[in-house]
Amino acid sequence: MAEAKVRAMRGRGPAMMGPKPKIEKGTFSRMFKYITKNYKISFFVVIICIIISSITNVWGMASLKDVIDGYITPLLGTQNPDYGPLLKTIFKVACIFATEVVAVFIYMRLMATISQSVLRDIRNDLFRRMQKLPIRFFDTRTTGEIMSLYTNDTDTLRQMLSRALPDLISSAITIVSALVAMLKISVPLTGFVLVFTLLTTLIVKTIVKKSSKFFVSQQESLASVNGYVEEMINGQKVIKVFTHEDKAKEEFDVLNTKLNSDMYNANRFSNSLMPIAGNLGNLQYVCVAIVGTLIALASANPVEYIGSIVIFLNLTKTFSRPVTQIMNQFNSIIVALAGAGRIFKVIDEEPEIDEGNVTLVNVEKDGENFKEVDHQTGTWAWKIPNEDGTFEYRELKGYIELEDVDFSYDGEKQVLTDVTLYAKPGQKIAFVGATGAGKTTITNLINRFYDIQDGKIHYDGIEIKQIKKDDLRQSLGMVLQETNLFTGTIKENIRYGRSDATDEEVIEAAKLANAHSFIKRLPNGYDTMLTDNGAQLSQGQRQLLAIARAAIANPPVMILDEATSSIDTRTEKLVQDGMDKLMEGRTVLVIAHRLSTVRNSKAIMVLDHGKIIERGEHDFLIDQKGTYYQLYTGAFELE
Amino acid sequence: MVSTRDNMFRKLSKFIGEYKLPTIITPILVALEVIMEVLIPLVMADLIDKGIYAGEMSTVYKLGLQLVILALFSLCFGATNGFTAAKASAGFAKNLRKGLYHKVQDFSFANIDKFSTASLVTRLTTDVSNVQQAFQMLTRIMVRAPFMSIVAFVAAMKINASLAIIFVAVIPVLAFAIFKIISKAHKIIQATFRKYDKLNNVVEENVNSMRVVKSFVLEDEETEKFEEVSETICNNFITADKRMALMPVVMDTAVYTCVLLVAWLGAKIIVTQSPEAIANGTAALTPGELMTLISYSIQILMSLMMVSMCSLMLTTAKASADRIVEVLDEESDIKNPENAVTEVKDGSIEFNNVSFSYVNDKDRLCLKDVDIKIKSGETIGIIGGTGSGKSTLVNLISRLYDVTEGSVKVGGVNVREYDLTTLRSEVAMVLQKNVLFSGTIKENLRWGDENATDEDLIRVCKLAQADEFIQGFPDKYDTYIEQGGTNVSGGQKQRLCIARALLKKPKVLILDDSTSAVDTKTDAMIRTAFREEIPNTTKLIIAQRINSIEDADKIIVLDDGMINGFGTHEELLKTNAIYKEVYESQTKGSES
Repeated sequence: MAEAKVRAMRGRGPAMMGPKPKIEKGTFSRMFKYITKNYKISFFVVIICIIISSITNVWGMASLKDVIDGYITPLLGTQNPDYGPLLKTIFKVACIFATEVVAVFIYMRLMATISQSVLRDIRNDLFRRMQKLPIRFFDTRTTGEIMSLYTNDTDTLRQMLSRALPDLISSAITIVSALVAMLKISVPLTGFVLVFTLLTTLIVKTIVKKSSKFFVSQQESLASVNGYVEEMINGQKVIKVFTHEDKAKEEFDVLNTKLNSDMYNANRFSNSLMPIAGNLGNLQYVCVAIVGTLIALASANPVEYIGSIVIFLNLTKTFSRPVTQIMNQFNSIIVALAGAGRIFKVIDEEPEIDEGNVTLVNVEKDGENFKEVDHQTGTWAWKIPNEDGTFEYRELKGYIELEDVDFSYDGEKQVLTDVTLYAKPGQKIAFVGATGAGKTTITNLINRFYDIQDGKIHYDGIEIKQIKKDDLRQSLGMVLQETNLFTGTIKENIRYGRSDATDEEVIEAAKLANAHSFIKRLPNGYDTMLTDNGAQLSQGQRQLLAIARAAIANPPVMILDEATSSIDTRTEKLVQDGMDKLMEGRTVLVIAHRLSTVRNSKAIMVLDHGKIIERGEHDFLIDQKGTYYQLYTGAFELE
Repeated sequence: MVSTRDNMFRKLSKFIGEYKLPTIITPILVALEVIMEVLIPLVMADLIDKGIYAGEMSTVYKLGLQLVILALFSLCFGATNGFTAAKASAGFAKNLRKGLYHKVQDFSFANIDKFSTASLVTRLTTDVSNVQQAFQMLTRIMVRAPFMSIVAFVAAMKINASLAIIFVAVIPVLAFAIFKIISKAHKIIQATFRKYDKLNNVVEENVNSMRVVKSFVLEDEETEKFEEVSETICNNFITADKRMALMPVVMDTAVYTCVLLVAWLGAKIIVTQSPEAIANGTAALTPGELMTLISYSIQILMSLMMVSMCSLMLTTAKASADRIVEVLDEESDIKNPENAVTEVKDGSIEFNNVSFSYVNDKDRLCLKDVDIKIKSGETIGIIGGTGSGKSTLVNLISRLYDVTEGSVKVGGVNVREYDLTTLRSEVAMVLQKNVLFSGTIKENLRWGDENATDEDLIRVCKLAQADEFIQGFPDKYDTYIEQGGTNVSGGQKQRLCIARALLKKPKVLILDDSTSAVDTKTDAMIRTAFREEIPNTTKLIIAQRINSIEDADKIIVLDDGMINGFGTHEELLKTNAIYKEVYESQTKGSES
């Protein structure tokens, strides 16, 4: 069993990681666009400063050599040495170095602003787009997957922007300038260095390739160990109850040993990368020295040639250092670009389509006509544009009609077939049926979390596709099975339903939802901070807040998904009362789990495999002795 | 402070275990590599001075060969220490992870409650990774950098002691400046990372509650909230990074000051010497040596910067190490007794004046003076409001917690005297917050009994009314359960958990609100099956619904940690106000 579990755990890992980080084409240039869009001038200055600093660095070091060769050596043996020229050169070198320091300081500071701002822009674009994505996007991904865009991927990007990018630029500049200088001295020797560098690169590449394979399996093993730890610790109490500790240890040890060997292999190669590259550089140095001296001795004017060989030797050092540096960072750049690619992919996701042009407005009733006003009146109307540019107003009443609706989440498996129903203003319609019968799906369609494939849904006689999505959703209240609260005070959470509600309105809504009495007893009352999805409240109390939140929005149509979780009897009664008050006077579509809710509905829809198999009032359905009767008498689970 | 840190090192170093050899060899190899790296530029200088400038091909070959040999050694030492460091750190991490995990396995419920699940997971994952990184840093970079500066300093001293003194003057100033800058920037970065948590929190809430956000049309408000935090993070990081920009300024200024000072003072020394001294090698300083001194000064200062960077990273790892040591130091408060009883005679249960507090505080008791006797084979219902102590009461029977006062007996023997495995196999518990693990249904069920045959599995599933729906799955008993059991319904999950417990063939079976999502008819069928198939097992059933317990032999009504009533359904209806109230509120809904 241990083996089987290990296999299962392992099976889950790779799907997430992918075999190798793939980089979409254009990822780099796209990231570059973020820089050039808003920070063109700063970035230009940065590049100039990097160039200045690279040049001054090489120049300064070279001048220092001059100090020794050109000024110290001639002074040797002189009686009263004149230190004037020496002091002057040292001062000159000091100036060069000072320039370098200033240039570095300027570009580091500018780069700090650029990289962090670019990161902020990318982050904001990502979030803004995420808010506009259809529910399908969230339903098909785990929270962890989406979160990792904001954590892991942004983090690697941050490191790349603030560290790797400036290094890359300065390395490139150093390499190019060293190459030019080397070519000027000797073309064949430069050729030799290039061949050697190519060889080094090939060796390093082989190692990187080898280690990246192990890095992937290390990440997988780590994910599976961490996943296993998480699952086991979450079930730790069950482990205790079943005295399963030894088994749990055994399984863990298998995964842990695998992680150990993957980790060893991955780090073994990456650790030895730098020594190998560095010492290949030393080898190259020796070869150049030998070949160079041989050429010099064979040449017509050996003494002069030897001087340039020495300079050339120093240049090869300047050349190969940034080359190894780039190689060393190559892995992290790949990882960062892969992360950026994932982020851009989400930014490129298609947002929710909204072609609706019917809006919801406040109106004042003037006999039969409506007058649009810009303040709260309590009366709402749909503003329907006519073709000639005029508008027609239709009062918001809450009449919902579904006509032959077909729906499938994936285009293959039909979830709803030919669903037809209507809910007149103020009516309560209950949906009952087994898990997977399609109850929740119906509610997902009315607020257009998903769009139907066939059939029509009308709201007050208007096809919902013509209504602007925001306005449609504002006119629909939702209380979901799972209560989601936000970090913030209780007041803020209730105000989620309507952001301009006054404190009095908040309290009124809480009273209606039966939440007022428990809120009042909290030490900070309505200003109590909720964190972690309201973890400090009981399940029932959280439901009461969700009801208050829906109540303050005061929509004409409510969609309710009753919670199934068991709460203690007293709170349950409060929740039920709150729900009942919320439903009063509204069109209500309810996924019912409580018999009392079902019974006093105007119409009950019994769903089975996406079809309405029975419909009618409670008494009628009981008399039919069909599925509803069996559900009601407890023969089936009411879920 | 110091002593606790020593303590931490001692505790953590125990986990090096069988990887002592690579752990000790790594720093030695690093040191050897450093020596090679210091020697190589010396030979290079010679190669230029004595070989190339002199045009002596034989010297070029000789020194070239020396250089190649040194490079090969350096390569060898470098690559090997890469290998040994990987071996040691991966091994250390393995042992540490194992040690922690095994420790947690031995935790009691009280220990688990103390840490919370989420924090335990962080300690076993993120914190271990942090400490592992620190470990590798300690064996490599933290050896390399200080050693490098020492060797370079010694070499510089050998060339010219008076010039090398310059470093002694510059180093402390520099070290202080660098440390100041980094620690200040580090503080800002740490604070910013806490802001990051806030950002992640906004994202996570939005992802989890997208339906709420969309249905209240609050996308724009949430975006505003996000961008506000995002802006703060951006500004804080800019401040930190700008401060970090001072680093190369200080660093370079120090390096160049050293270099120029060495050049100027060195020049004076060289010039005052006779050319003959330089030629015959008796001079205190030659031009070539001056150049070498300059490269040493760069090496020393660079290494110092590395040291200060690393020590800051180590402070972050220290926080992780502290959290790990906290877990390691935690003593499980429930231990197997010596000469433990390994047989449970029957399923009788006795509570003798039991009081219990989760925090071991007599003023904050969750159970007060509970005194109850249950005969073997009886079915007992337990009812009461949230926080009345129902779960606490049953947890004491299988000794998941130890009583604060009084005693609990099972089969006539105090639970403290039993071998824990014996006790917990005979007292099967179906927890309120129950968990299925990723794996097939079969694998999950066999938690109850590893050696159960397929027939056994089917038998208990029939008892728990689970066989029917399992047979309905395409893969039947081999159906794969996702982590957390998300691919079965709540009622199905509960029935699987009951079946799993039944497989133990226990003498006592406890159901802690385990049929709340099961429909009333199936619930009744389960109870009937219990009565008929396992009549000798004592059954304790906690429930919210009265109809789940009304046919029990006796019912316990708990209120505020005390027994409010104990009797049959009929008796309680007559005598117990709480019971009556609950009964009425539940029946009113479905009968009126």
